[in-house]
Amino acid sequence: MSSWLDYTINGLIVGNVYALVAVGLALIFGVSRLINFAQGSIYLVGAYIGWVAVVQLHTPLPLTIIVVAVAAAIVGLIIERFGLRPLQNSVRIAPLLATIGISFVLDQLVMLTFSPNPRALPSQLPDVRFQVGGGTIGPLDLLIAGVGLTSALLLFVFLRYSKLGWAVRAASQDRDAAMQMGVDVNRVNQAVFGIAAALGGVSGMLVGMYYNQIDTAMSLQATLKGVVAEVVGGAGNVPGAVIGSLLLGLVESYGVAVFGTSYRNLFAFLLLVVVLVLRPNGLFASARQAPPEPLTGTFIAPSRPVRIPRWALLVAAAIFAILPLFPVSFYVLQTLINAWLLGMLALSLTLVAGSVGQVSLGHAALLAIGAYTSALLSLNFSVPVGFAIICGGLMSAALGTALISPSFRLRGHYVSIATLAIGEIVSLVILNWESVTRGPIGISGIPPLSLFGYDLISPNSIYWFSFVVMVVLALLQGRLLGSHLGRSFRAIRDDDIAARAYGLSLNRYKSLAFIFGGFAAGVSGGIAAHLYSYINHETFNTQQSILALTVVILGGLGNVVGAIVGAVALVGLPEVFRIAAEYRILIYGIVLLLLVRFRPQGLLGTM
Amino acid sequence: MLSLRGLTRRFGGLTAVDAIDLDLPKGELISIIGPNGAGKTTLFNLVTGLDRPDAGTVHFEGQDVTGLSPERLAAEGIARTFQLGRVFGNLSVMDNVLIGAHTRLRAVKPAVPVIGPLLELGLALLRPAGVRDEEERLREEVKAILARFGERLLPRIDQPAYSLSYANRRRVEIARALALRPRLLLLDEPTAGMNPTETAEMQALVAELKAEGLTILLIEHKLEMVMRLSDRVIVMDEGKKIAEGPGEEVRNDPKVIEAYLGHGLSGTPELESAV
Repeated sequence: MSSWLDYTINGLIVGNVYALVAVGLALIFGVSRLINFAQGSIYLVGAYIGWVAVVQLHTPLPLTIIVVAVAAAIVGLIIERFGLRPLQNSVRIAPLLATIGISFVLDQLVMLTFSPNPRALPSQLPDVRFQVGGGTIGPLDLLIAGVGLTSALLLFVFLRYSKLGWAVRAASQDRDAAMQMGVDVNRVNQAVFGIAAALGGVSGMLVGMYYNQIDTAMSLQATLKGVVAEVVGGAGNVPGAVIGSLLLGLVESYGVAVFGTSYRNLFAFLLLVVVLVLRPNGLFASARQAPPEPLTGTFIAPSRPVRIPRWALLVAAAIFAILPLFPVSFYVLQTLINAWLLGMLALSLTLVAGSVGQVSLGHAALLAIGAYTSALLSLNFSVPVGFAIICGGLMSAALGTALISPSFRLRGHYVSIATLAIGEIVSLVILNWESVTRGPIGISGIPPLSLFGYDLISPNSIYWFSFVVMVVLALLQGRLLGSHLGRSFRAIRDDDIAARAYGLSLNRYKSLAFIFGGFAAGVSGGIAAHLYSYINHETFNTQQSILALTVVILGGLGNVVGAIVGAVALVGLPEVFRIAAEYRILIYGIVLLLLVRFRPQGLLGTM
Repeated sequence: MLSLRGLTRRFGGLTAVDAIDLDLPKGELISIIGPNGAGKTTLFNLVTGLDRPDAGTVHFEGQDVTGLSPERLAAEGIARTFQLGRVFGNLSVMDNVLIGAHTRLRAVKPAVPVIGPLLELGLALLRPAGVRDEEERLREEVKAILARFGERLLPRIDQPAYSLSYANRRRVEIARALALRPRLLLLDEPTAGMNPTETAEMQALVAELKAEGLTILLIEHKLEMVMRLSDRVIVMDEGKKIAEGPGEEVRNDPKVIEAYLGHGLSGTPELESAV
């Protein structure tokens, strides 16, 4: 009984921390209809600024909180001014991609400055526990509760009684009307980003103290948890975000109590998917809302794709096909093999995100499903590797489509959240389903690539194999896009309401796109498994999903040739310039940001 | 052909469509007029399945179709255009209109349960002769439809729709609706934002469609066009039907004049001359 009280207190305290993140997300969503994927990065920045203040500057606790809040707010203002304000009049996909890029850049900067190793963040509070009823409570719990309540009160007073607060509320009710009444929307955005960042930063610091540990992986987790809480409470609904956060904290805490710690995140994401499917407007929204206003053709930047003549493509393909016959180094071949594998993933993502407009942030999960299927079939059942890879592709197509299908009724940012969560769920299931996936140990000794009984071990044969598979997938995808399905996919992307009015079933065509795309990604994952010979639940992670997204944007959304060009460019150029591995992710993030700002249609244009 | 009984839709405290009855016989053209916010477009959304009524029924060809999905209703032969224009911006004119013919695809969409979608994927990749022929036939048909707009659209057939002028995008919408070979066509302000020449062209086209026997429900602010084309006119105000009858009769109805003048002629500058 007493432990239940402990779990309840723990749930409420953790929920309080989530609330600080979620309230910021809700404020930003209310004003700019944007889910800020960089919120977790600000939380991370807050934690590390707190570490600098406590460990290096030895600031007293009240000063630490103020320093963190102010520094985080400044980061928030910079993001708003230089990252998002220039995109105000651009297509809806632009700010979404920009916050993803900003999040990557911030995370990498923190990682490069402080190294990825975890650090201890002491709480500066006496280590005593008070008996409350049957449970115990510490001073840090009280501090977190106090900070949560104080910020809620301050925020309430600000929104209710200050002039800027009125402007924020007006802008979130009706942005256009507020502008016409003279509300300075830029100032409102500044205020909202500043407040959200200050709350997020303090929250990161408190969590660091609570677990007495900070590391760079906190960022993505915080974004996910904040988004879950915010969506559960109803996007843009500030009180809803608080209740959603407390609910999430309790669900997690009780889940951990019953099933164990490794299931904590699984509950969060399952809660998210259930809410998105059953009540996409949150628990507190009115049941049925008016259909949204048309936003025709504004999701994706209009452009004229660059037409590459057929002979040029043939020449390029021929050059790459005969490349191993020349004295090129193993290193070059290895780099290009990576490019072909990434190219397959990018083909899949450019179909799903570009042609059908479902910006998936969990695409690496499809790699994982294909890789595990192929590896386990060849290891446990001695299925020939070539056939096992095809089975991996089919499994990715079937399972991936089934997992994502609940989110087919969602739009825009919600699709990205749902795919991100589903990607995490897949990784967590792999981690926890030990009897099949061997859990955290991973799978080792996966047989090497082979085809019709011949092992493909030489670099040349691996190169040719992956190149041919990618080219075949690209040709099939080109043929698909040239059929009636191509125009149906793009019609659904441009305007799903008009598409439905002309008889296109969203479920049917989104499924077909995910089936085809899932197959390509699964094959890529399968090949990778046999190349690496060892995989675990972290081999295919969110970083790969974001890398694939950057490739797709670089090449041009929906553009088949663009996906391959983008993959070669993003894998090859860092090698050419000999950029150290730890800076690469940073470069990818910056490339994504620059593209969104200056060439949203990518190198070869949106198809 | 189309018959509405007591059709009602509420948004919060506002009743956008209030117990509307309507009977549209085959081959006739009924116009719906009324001030902005009278509920005309909401009524269209209810008939085409984009919104569901809180009360009342929609019958089409004697069959109860209330609350069916827009996909089903399109397959039944109901096509519509949108007030603010909803062309597929990144699709060419040809592809936009081909989407209109989607419900008529047969060879590439075998009517097989469960595995139908997978067969569709396979056929799209393999493209046997039957599928190619069907596509070719539809492309020829699209050209014939576009030819009805003279030289407005044909020279731009491969251009993306976002690059077209406003009026041309409206024309693409109508072409897309015609490609469905509709049994019932709903036009939501087809001439909005068009100049007098363009309006006259559009009026001639709608008259042509009517002469060919097409059943049409028209929302339109330009009263001259309404008077010329309509077999009957329905006037809506604040969700209710306040008058119905032949154009001349409705035009002189004191309730109608009051509805417009009482709203300060909002959005209907044409009415002043018409009244």
